[in-house]
Amino acid sequence: MNAAIHAAINAAMRVGTPPSATPPPRRRALQAGLAGLATLAAPALVGCTRKASGPLRFWAMGREGEVVGALLADFHRAHPAITVRVDALPWSAAHEKLLTAFAGDATPDLAQLGNSWMPEFGALGALAPLDAWVAATPALQPTDWFEGIWATNVVDHQLLGLPWYVDTRLLFYRRDLFARAGIDQPPATWGAWVAALDALQRSGIAHPMLLPLNEFEPLLALALQQGDPLLRDGGRWGNFRSAGFQRAAGFFLDRFNSGHAPALDSNKIANLWQEFGRGTFAAYISGPWNIGELDRRLGPARRADWATAPLPAPDGSPAGPGTSTAGGASLVVFKRSQRQADALTLLAWLAQPAIQRRFHAMTGNLPPRRSTWALPGPDGVPLAQEEKTRAFATQLERVRPAPAVPEWERIAQEMQQLAQRAVFKRQSPLAMATTLDARVDGFLEKRRWMLDKKARA
Amino acid sequence: MKAPTLAQRLIAWSFVAPALAVIGLFFALPVAVGLGLSFTDFDLYALADWHNLRFAGFDNYVHVLTLPLFWQALHNTLLFVLAGVPLSIALSLGCAVLLQSPLARFKPFFRTALFAPVVTTLVAVAIIWRYLFHVKYGLINAGLGAVGIDPVDWLGDPHWAMPSIVVLAVWKNFGANMIIFIAALQAIPDDLYEAARLDGARRWAQFRYITLPMLGPTLLMVSVLTMAGYFQLFAEPYVMTQGGPLQSTVSVLYLMYEEGFRWWNLGQASAVAFVLFVLMAVSTQGLMRLGRRGEAAASA
Repeated sequence: MNAAIHAAINAAMRVGTPPSATPPPRRRALQAGLAGLATLAAPALVGCTRKASGPLRFWAMGREGEVVGALLADFHRAHPAITVRVDALPWSAAHEKLLTAFAGDATPDLAQLGNSWMPEFGALGALAPLDAWVAATPALQPTDWFEGIWATNVVDHQLLGLPWYVDTRLLFYRRDLFARAGIDQPPATWGAWVAALDALQRSGIAHPMLLPLNEFEPLLALALQQGDPLLRDGGRWGNFRSAGFQRAAGFFLDRFNSGHAPALDSNKIANLWQEFGRGTFAAYISGPWNIGELDRRLGPARRADWATAPLPAPDGSPAGPGTSTAGGASLVVFKRSQRQADALTLLAWLAQPAIQRRFHAMTGNLPPRRSTWALPGPDGVPLAQEEKTRAFATQLERVRPAPAVPEWERIAQEMQQLAQRAVFKRQSPLAMATTLDARVDGFLEKRRWMLDKKARA
Repeated sequence: MKAPTLAQRLIAWSFVAPALAVIGLFFALPVAVGLGLSFTDFDLYALADWHNLRFAGFDNYVHVLTLPLFWQALHNTLLFVLAGVPLSIALSLGCAVLLQSPLARFKPFFRTALFAPVVTTLVAVAIIWRYLFHVKYGLINAGLGAVGIDPVDWLGDPHWAMPSIVVLAVWKNFGANMIIFIAALQAIPDDLYEAARLDGARRWAQFRYITLPMLGPTLLMVSVLTMAGYFQLFAEPYVMTQGGPLQSTVSVLYLMYEEGFRWWNLGQASAVAFVLFVLMAVSTQGLMRLGRRGEAAASA
């Protein structure tokens, strides 16, 4: 390719073209890519050395990274001997940066880590186990945390992080539009859900529910409501052809086939909140951040028009809300940190209910401890009672972690893409699940080899 | 001429040594390591412990070449190259000829305006184009609606997403080639046109028999550069569609990025990179040969 470029440039010289042209920027991308692959070893040369003194290095992402500094002013007053330096990373780059830091021996002392990344960093052996410390710290009672969320932090029977805030998916719905369609209660079962969507369609909303096709969480939540595990044999093989997953996928695909949901992803909707406010759709499966967004964008005057409700449960399952996903982020301490004791002091400080309540006020993130949910807020109402967050309190008692394998992120992505394909091509749940199982078995090949090797040793 | 002495050779080598060292360190070595990686299954587990690294032989290449997504990515990329390169060159040449015309006014203004997209950040441009392409509020659909054409979900419809990306990429990049063409057009002697006019050649005949042949070498260079660039489609789908909908805008380079930096399968990502490298080398060589044959035919 280089020869080609040189020859071409020579050709240009022959005509007497001044070489003033700016080359297309993409030309060097391949070379850069190749170089990128090979610089893997480079961080080892330039990585900062770990220090036993100096500030504690804390990597936080997104909005949390922006605001946690303000929270830490009080920590510095309580612990003048420890100074903390917060490095804010954007979420989009966080995963790469953490892996590169691990490869280059430049991990921070502690960091915020998405719950779904926990198995991956567990497999790397990057994180310090916290079991002994939690057992020795009376202020940290594991039973105070929502079980499903706590479970995401346990990898191979070791506790690798302390949940910091939680995320789950449930139903946001337009109470006024539901009432207009003759429904005064949010649906509690799949059957009631379908009936409600039918009624909303009859009341004049063409596609009453938004199930964004670019998110895997709605389908995952439906799948977690079934008893069948998503992977079998200790995470060696995909288990998507199970009756449970097919039931979930069938329900999901039917919502599109029956026109209950439009085949769209949320990027295609210019302003999701405005469209929700306008009544383009009346129900939406989403997460806690949308409480703040809806409050901000629709304003206090419209607050009575919308509400939250736990996910409906499959018909025939025990009473109570259906299961949902166990997302959120946790705080982890890195094994290579020389300041683990100080890092743990900070972890314990951030886990105090009063601090978590303030953190909620700053970010809207939902706290992982039941005692935080019971603390009265500025208006005297605890989160567990507050109108919009109440449904989350109920839902969080019913969350289940995704399979704890490092490949999960990729499996979830594949599931979302194949579901999207199945919607567009009107595939059957079985056809979709068969392809998914084949792909997932491919992703898990290395894992099976690793497990077999370990078993032999 | 006398053969150079040892001292002369040493001096010569010492002059090229810094450049060679830089090329070796930042080009040859990474490429060699990348090639080595492509024969292993380097991934997250290998990152944790070198003992988890397996020599994979040609497995990665076999895997890549049997991966349905790779063929779809290749199909998407070829579609982009086959549609984008001719379109981009035609547009650059058309604008260059129009701007060279003695009838054109405000030439510096138009030259700058048409070149501006090239130097604008793609991310900023992408935001505006996402609005233009928007199915409900987009200017393009509004224009189509005015003449009675139903709205098209440009970026959301798997059939339209790649054409939309082509339009964006052509608009973004044609200015660079246009400047090259303007320079080449200025180098064509006026007497050729005068002679042609005396012989009664009209505008089209002048373009066909004077402008195009005189631009031959430039056209070849521009085609090779544009093709090499367009094969490496990445940023446009990355900022516009993230490879969607239904992976209709996943390009080969995008696939490499996902394998390598998202899923950390660096062995497989390297294999994708080398497959793309071979593809580009073959197609640019093919184009060069075609161009040379054309030149030979023209001079014969």
